[in-house]
Amino acid sequence: MYSQIESNKRNSIFLFVLFLIFIGVIVYIVNLLFFQGYMFIIVAAIIAIIFSLISYYSGDKIVLSMTKAKEANKKDHAYLINAVEGLAIAAGIPKPNVYVIPGQQINAFATGRNPKTSSVAVTEGCLQKLNRQELEGVLAHEMSHIKNYDIRVMMLASVLVGIIIFLTEIMLRSFLWGGLKGNDRQQGGGLQLVLIIIGVVLLILAPIIAQMIKFAISRKREYLADASGAMLTRYPKGLADALKKIKSDSSELRTASNATAHLFIANPFKKKQWLAGLFQTHPDVDLRIKKLESM
Amino acid sequence: MEFIYWILIILGVIILYIIVAYNSLIVLRTRISNAWSQIDVQLKRRYDLIPNLISTVKGYVKHEKTVLNELTKARSNLIKGSMESKARASNQITDALKSVFAVAENYPQLKANENFKLLQEELSGTESKIAYARQFYNDSVMSFNIKVQRFPTSIIANAFNFKEKEFFKAEGKEKENIKVEF
Repeated sequence: MYSQIESNKRNSIFLFVLFLIFIGVIVYIVNLLFFQGYMFIIVAAIIAIIFSLISYYSGDKIVLSMTKAKEANKKDHAYLINAVEGLAIAAGIPKPNVYVIPGQQINAFATGRNPKTSSVAVTEGCLQKLNRQELEGVLAHEMSHIKNYDIRVMMLASVLVGIIIFLTEIMLRSFLWGGLKGNDRQQGGGLQLVLIIIGVVLLILAPIIAQMIKFAISRKREYLADASGAMLTRYPKGLADALKKIKSDSSELRTASNATAHLFIANPFKKKQWLAGLFQTHPDVDLRIKKLESM
Repeated sequence: MEFIYWILIILGVIILYIIVAYNSLIVLRTRISNAWSQIDVQLKRRYDLIPNLISTVKGYVKHEKTVLNELTKARSNLIKGSMESKARASNQITDALKSVFAVAENYPQLKANENFKLLQEELSGTESKIAYARQFYNDSVMSFNIKVQRFPTSIIANAFNFKEKEFFKAEGKEKENIKVEF
């Protein structure tokens, strides 16, 4: 398990470098095609850096307030807090902050940058519909995300995807504006036109590709968290039963959005989405149950 | 001359390896003592909660006073001592608590008592924390012991006198005892 953590820390760096190259390539190509001056790129880069630093360091708070999560207190949620404290001991990490999300759907997520600054949030539905073993199974899955530094990987991925969306959006817009104003390059001929089309297509595809990379990472982490969560409770059936209840649960979670969906233990949107495979934030629930039951 | 360089390089690599291996042993040993203090904290917490439970239950229970005496006795066994005696005393308390809660099932008024409900939640929470702390402790001991035994870290462990650690044993009986019948 500890080698898992090391590899995840390495992955964070790898991911970061990969995205940086990705961003660099986009900026370079687009710049080559459309712009003469570097000032614009520099300004955009500075804005992007500030934006990403803010979102990296306050991302957990933003997510918690987006989902309207409230901090759990010992009086109303003694059992929940006790369970989190117990699992934190089992995982050998400091106790994360505990939050409750209003809503009847059974769901939960973890966020933060490292175990010291982490938070776990569960829905009211979790507390009402799951029994002790099932709730512990769900919590253990979330604690594993914290212990394995998945929360950091996902936070980084979200921030970097955010930057790519931000940059491509700005470039697309300024290209369209520039295109409307008209400039010398328009006399460039056929090759020029092809290059411009390639550039525009790239700008449109880049955020989608970035999202797909993020989802692929998210899917992989879910299986790992299931497995190491089962290591914590020594009772894989608890999480398996919880996933079964999640599957048959038809409640909606209004506070979840596309931006936060990948954080949850199970997809908060019940409807099948277009191109479900590539854009799925979570692996198939049935497959996860099967894997847990075979442990 | 070249020969001497090679020897120096090999020596350097060996020294580097010793440092890395020694440090990893230290990290694991520190994790064990950390895990042990986690167990201790939870044992102490339960130790402190028990008198409250006894004084709350006493007022309601008429016939089954012996279970309370059992609990008091088990509690007094949990004094500072070796790990083995602590483990045994802890298991005794777990059993005694179970019978107290089983008896409480027969007294609806006691079960409705706010204070009792709070204590029951706290004690069962502490109980599972003890179990988790023990699990973490034993996991830590296991990875330490493997490192101490396995070649080539075993050489360094021997040289610096790292000894295998003892597990915190749970009796087999405790694990089967989940179903409480009335």
